[in-house]
Amino acid sequence: MATTSLRPCGDFRTTYKADQFLLQTRWIAIWTMLAIALLGAAPALVDGYIVSLMILIGIYGIAALGLNILVGMTGQISLGHAAFFGFGAFSSAWLNSTTGIPVFFTIPLAGLMTTAVGMIFGLPAARIKGLYLAIATLASQFILQDFFARANWFSGGSSGSLAETVTIFGFPLDSDERYYYLVLFWTLISLFAVANLKRSRDGRALVAVRDHYLSAEIMGINLTKYRILAFGISSFFAGLGGALFGHYLGYVSAEGFTILLSIQFLAMIIIGGLGSVMGTILGTAFIVLLPQFMEAFTGGMLDIFPNALAGLASGQAYIKEMSVGAAIILFLIFEPEGLAHRVKLIRQSWKLYPFSY
Amino acid sequence: MLLEVENVSLSFGGIQALKDVSFSVDEAELFSIIGPNGAGKTSMLNCISGRYTPDSGDIRFKGRSLSGLKPNHRPDLGIGRTFQNLALFDHMTVLDNILVGRHHLMKNNFLTGMAYWFGGAQHEELEHRRVVEDIIDFLEIQHIRNAVAGTLSYGLRKRVELARAVALRPHLVLLDEPMAGMNMEEKEDMARYVVDLNEEWGMTVVMIEHDMGVVMDISHRVMVLDFGAKVVDGLPDEVMANEHVKRAYLGADLGEAA
Repeated sequence: MATTSLRPCGDFRTTYKADQFLLQTRWIAIWTMLAIALLGAAPALVDGYIVSLMILIGIYGIAALGLNILVGMTGQISLGHAAFFGFGAFSSAWLNSTTGIPVFFTIPLAGLMTTAVGMIFGLPAARIKGLYLAIATLASQFILQDFFARANWFSGGSSGSLAETVTIFGFPLDSDERYYYLVLFWTLISLFAVANLKRSRDGRALVAVRDHYLSAEIMGINLTKYRILAFGISSFFAGLGGALFGHYLGYVSAEGFTILLSIQFLAMIIIGGLGSVMGTILGTAFIVLLPQFMEAFTGGMLDIFPNALAGLASGQAYIKEMSVGAAIILFLIFEPEGLAHRVKLIRQSWKLYPFSY
Repeated sequence: MLLEVENVSLSFGGIQALKDVSFSVDEAELFSIIGPNGAGKTSMLNCISGRYTPDSGDIRFKGRSLSGLKPNHRPDLGIGRTFQNLALFDHMTVLDNILVGRHHLMKNNFLTGMAYWFGGAQHEELEHRRVVEDIIDFLEIQHIRNAVAGTLSYGLRKRVELARAVALRPHLVLLDEPMAGMNMEEKEDMARYVVDLNEEWGMTVVMIEHDMGVVMDISHRVMVLDFGAKVVDGLPDEVMANEHVKRAYLGADLGEAA
């Protein structure tokens, strides 16, 4: 029988507590600590452009993590995630400007507001599934987009709204290097929260609803509650990510939150791996970095073959878009379980090398 | 009486799946339902576990009527079941599958679950893990504890499903063909588990099974259904001797029966 355990030979656990550690082996724990330390030191080590990319990966990663709870864990679908992401951005700016609550607190509060909205739009999930649910969530995308465009009191209408920068104890996080730490803080909290959710009662219930809802119900799981709860949790992370995004740019406008972004969120979790926490971050990094990489690549090719590829120069922008589409298709064909699965396979073969089992 | 079924009828369109079926199951009994395919055995279990709502009649459990009670509230009362066609959570590990059975006994919600180390979720998980390990020991599935349920063989999956139903800690466990598709050895193991559940763990068992040898050996009482109607219930020997049962199900020489 194929084992999926990453535990090295001879690493025996003598208590159930030790068996349920989040970081399964000592080396995984060491690497995680190292990675967190490196991330903490990153602004001092890499240049500003890379820091700004890392901020984007963190922000989109938080939102994608939410979508992964809904799609990957609970097996539902949402084509309106970008609208919730946008709602979080507007809510935080609105809360801050109308009530004067410091931005540091309006960011999670915006998450809560988005939770409420997400649960309302998630209500159809109590009754419908699959394609029908996809269309219902598509409606939420367009309803919210329309709301952003018309509700002047909330979003500033077509002119958008200003989002103040975050200030902690009078210390403004006004540069990328400073804002990075706020994003890192929320990203780490979100990652640990979702990883913990997965190994506790309600996380298992969500997966049970996905895998076999009939027997989940017989096991005492309230299907309606968990289907709507999944929308709620997913919207919280969307709103949190959106709020961080709004205050990062300093200006929120409705144009950024179209269905294209919703589909990009779906692409992130499909490429990363449905239901996988680390996969979500890998997938997000992939989607954020792929256009950058393609740009650098085509730019480099143009430098080397300026004449032969002259036609390419005008099409550079399209190549970026097309590469995302191609990546999704290739992943669906060759690695439908996502990057997380690929990483696991690599680790397994590495662990067993040079023997096949 | 632990379970009382009174004049239950159920129909799907023009098909009468159950006609006026009444029976009762006593505390700590091992009760079997047999009958030809399409006799309404699984429909009967579905009525008890809440998948179907009977058109008429009443089902009482511990003296309390089950009508109008949602399926997901029935484990709280003490009703657990397994399914005829495997109904495991295929992408979860065996351990997680069984832990889902503890769902209704656990109190943590998604917030305390996310704050695993701070809100008592860890403590609760470990407590239930201990109970689940007892069940794993009992059903001898230690070696597949961390395997993903969908990758297991048929016989093992059936056993994991039984483990999940036991984890609900039910007073009444409904087993829908626990031995279907098994070889002799697996059947013997399964029969022993069912008897142990009944005798050691004190659970009342209602079982649907086609293997007459097993049914006659381990059941305390047997009920026969045919075309949705009850033919007879009673001690295994009495049921075996019934002429109608022989004709409808066990198969007797027609000449002899006539």
